[in-house]
Amino acid sequence: MAWLLFLVPWAFAAAASLTPSNRMRPWLVPAGGLAHLILTGFAVSGGPVTALQGWLALDPLSTVVLGFISLLFFICSLYAPAYLALRPERSNRVFCTCLLALPGMMSLVVLAHHLGLMWVAIEATTLVTAPMLFFNHTAHSLEATWKYLLIGSVGIALALLGSFFLAYSSVREGLEPTLVLDDLIRLAPNLSRPWLHAAFVLLLVGYGTKMGLAPMHTWKPDAYGEAPGLVGALLAGGVTSCAFLAVLRFYQICRTAHEAAFARELFVFIGLFSMAVAAVFMVRQRDFKRMLAYSSVEHMGILMLGIGIGGVAAFGALLHMITNGLTKGVLFLSAGNIHRAYGSKVTDDVRGAMRRLPMSGPLFLAGFLLVTGSPPGGPFISEFTILTGAVKAGHYTTAALFLTLLAIVFVGMGATVLRVVQGTPSAKAASTTYRDRPQLVIPIVIFLILSLSLGFVIPPPLKTALTNAVAYLEATP
Amino acid sequence: MHNFIDPILVLVLLLNFVALGASRLRTVIQAVSAQGVLLGLTIILAHGAPMEPLVVAMAVTTAALKGVVIPRMLFNAIREVVIRREVEPIVGFIASIFLGAAGTALAVLFSKSLPIAPSDAGSLIVPAALSTVLTGFLILTTRTKAITQVVGYLILENGVFIFGMLLMKAIPFLVELGVLLDLFVAIFVMGIIIHKISREFDTVSTRMLSELKE
Repeated sequence: MAWLLFLVPWAFAAAASLTPSNRMRPWLVPAGGLAHLILTGFAVSGGPVTALQGWLALDPLSTVVLGFISLLFFICSLYAPAYLALRPERSNRVFCTCLLALPGMMSLVVLAHHLGLMWVAIEATTLVTAPMLFFNHTAHSLEATWKYLLIGSVGIALALLGSFFLAYSSVREGLEPTLVLDDLIRLAPNLSRPWLHAAFVLLLVGYGTKMGLAPMHTWKPDAYGEAPGLVGALLAGGVTSCAFLAVLRFYQICRTAHEAAFARELFVFIGLFSMAVAAVFMVRQRDFKRMLAYSSVEHMGILMLGIGIGGVAAFGALLHMITNGLTKGVLFLSAGNIHRAYGSKVTDDVRGAMRRLPMSGPLFLAGFLLVTGSPPGGPFISEFTILTGAVKAGHYTTAALFLTLLAIVFVGMGATVLRVVQGTPSAKAASTTYRDRPQLVIPIVIFLILSLSLGFVIPPPLKTALTNAVAYLEATP
Repeated sequence: MHNFIDPILVLVLLLNFVALGASRLRTVIQAVSAQGVLLGLTIILAHGAPMEPLVVAMAVTTAALKGVVIPRMLFNAIREVVIRREVEPIVGFIASIFLGAAGTALAVLFSKSLPIAPSDAGSLIVPAALSTVLTGFLILTTRTKAITQVVGYLILENGVFIFGMLLMKAIPFLVELGVLLDLFVAIFVMGIIIHKISREFDTVSTRMLSELKE
């Protein structure tokens, strides 16, 4: 079972690279997405999943992440054929192959209980997403891809050094050297402190780069700004969740080593700092796709903040990973449609999206309202849970800062979004051939319904899964 | 075993300075290629007798990939885009060497503050690893040619690899192979992007890559 979760997507990727027809190939993407979703359904609902002597295992935490990324990928995959049909002039062989390989890589990250293997898989997600960023073959996309590759690779090279430091912290104490997560958690109370601290900082910087936490976020606006909307949604919802899971793995080790306070202070600080940096850059942002990238930086900050506060807020953070990811799907895909219709992503040229695009325009606006935590959406519930957790735990200053930054982001992002959707479209925009069509809108509507409905009711199975994940994450030794 | 490894690590450190001070790209790539071969050799030394076939295979793969295949890819890249020298470093070559020396001193001081297992006491592995990582960082941040930046990334990876010597038993063969494969693919993809950069801009200077900003 564990093997199938990544071998099946890779088989689909291989099939895509061998399919000669540019027109037929994109249909493999939803097929691959559906296959992965079905496999995930079996894995999540069935008995324990393990393989390779415990190197691959599905624990309560990875169950949540796996279920989420599989659903996210499936909905995104529905968008792919219609999107690629708009680009008949360009070969999509590399794009489809990389796209189909991605859920395999992400599943491997999620399943890996060996920190070295997890590192290999995370670097692999960088490598398969880079060619997709470059799909448009423009000078700008070239620049974005270069920065993404180089900064991403250097960041996680530091994470590898951090993983080695962690393994050495057991050697130092005369214990058996290991990189297996479960062994490290067992040994944690006896690990050498200076090495553990150094390792944790390196890992936070390394995987934080991949998550896009400030100040290691510099690649993000470029990459998300230039990536096709579909890729942006997968990066902002899926790949960042994998990196988040990697950070949580090390947090687990830190907790069992009785170093939770050290880790949590760092988390709260880096969380608030990311939110602040994002807020600064979102005010007066003219490029609406870059704005979404900063929104992603902000929400990664919120995730770290929630985990740092712990308890109820940790539950909120895991829920927020899902609600934010789904809402980012709405935003990136509708932004992609708007970008296509106007041939520009700067608010100077893009006006009146409501009139020009009667579906994508309102969906973009709805996505904005949801992601900024307007009631009654899913992100509202998860952010409110984090806030409640902060107040309950007595973090009054943190809670106040959290609310202030959310308000600044709302105003800053609102200004840009309203400029995009309101007004009358220019004559040039009205003359482009792009029109909203069902295949390009239905996936967005699905994302919207899911994100919105989580604001009304959290399905009991999800609630149980999240509760189990928090209990597993915060298990007291 | 460490008395055999230390002289090699000194050579690796010297090669860091060659890479920092050289303006000819060929020299920089040759330095990193020599580092790769030396690292392959240290795998065998770190393991010691008796030789296991798996260890030898790992050493050969490392030396071949880091010492031959990847440098070959870089040489091809500079031949294709016809550049010879890193002309406009943000920090000059002499200054880079001094910064590198300061970084090495810092690495030695920092590694003193970390407790070393008794079996590894007196070994150069930790300071050499940290100083190589710092050198890689320095080259990455102060050079403007895309190819030199890739070399910086390689040197940084070599630094991480040196630290891995302390953990021979913890890192299984499969994972080490995975790390090498990722490195290879990363350089391969970077090579493609360099090629595209040179076609798009008629240069491989990353100074051209500054359109995207606030």
